[in-house]
Amino acid sequence: MSDVETGADIGRGNRPLSPHLQVYKPQITSVMSAFHRITGVGNSIGAALVAWWFIAAATGEGAFGFIDGFLTSWFGHLVLLGFTFSLCYHLCNGIRHLLWDAGYGFELDQVKTTGLVALAAAGLMALGLFFVGWMN
Amino acid sequence: MTMLTPRARVRGLGSARSGTEHWWSHRLSAISLAILAPFFFIPFAIALGKPWVEVVSIYKHPFHAIVAAAFMLTVFWHMRLGLQVVVEDYIHAPALRTGLLIAVKLGTMLLGFAAAFSIAMIAFSV
Repeated sequence: MSDVETGADIGRGNRPLSPHLQVYKPQITSVMSAFHRITGVGNSIGAALVAWWFIAAATGEGAFGFIDGFLTSWFGHLVLLGFTFSLCYHLCNGIRHLLWDAGYGFELDQVKTTGLVALAAAGLMALGLFFVGWMN
Repeated sequence: MTMLTPRARVRGLGSARSGTEHWWSHRLSAISLAILAPFFFIPFAIALGKPWVEVVSIYKHPFHAIVAAAFMLTVFWHMRLGLQVVVEDYIHAPALRTGLLIAVKLGTMLLGFAAAFSIAMIAFSV
């Protein structure tokens, strides 16, 4: 894409751009930060499905049967699998972000440790939700 | 040395004309959701995949209905603030940017209200 096509670059001509993402080596800090946004957008799709499920339940048995049929199909299970991991990641890493907002955990070793803790907690939480869903 | 008047400093507003409300509201909704999450998702995981009659009977319970409605309203508010930032960061074409920002604001509010209203309908149905 040429520089003048996008609104942000109007008037900047051919001046050099600052180094972009691809010049940096991926690290736990940057990758987990990117995934926080990606899972946030992903969770939006999941939340819309949950809203649909409630609206269908209020509408009646027929409308509910349609969305229930989708969610209990193999593809629906795949969507729920992705949504559960995405949700648990965003929740656990979100608590990590809130701790940063409160002023804690900025040392490099702490950032790495809390990142790994958030990942492990998200995995366990997702497995816990699967267990609750399957057992009941 | 600041160029701001004392009044402008107190208000905390720069050239963007809005201050920290967006950031603060995003964090406040995040804390609310983190607290509500187990109370919403455990009954939800139990209800998901059950027949309609059983799902309705779960959400007829005032506790589950109130938690679910509060969670849905808060989640779509949190989503509105988050998606707004994503659009503002990555979409630069003016018409598309404005269109998407309007769609995010109206869409999330519509879904949040519709979900909460539906839960209330289930709870109040005979």
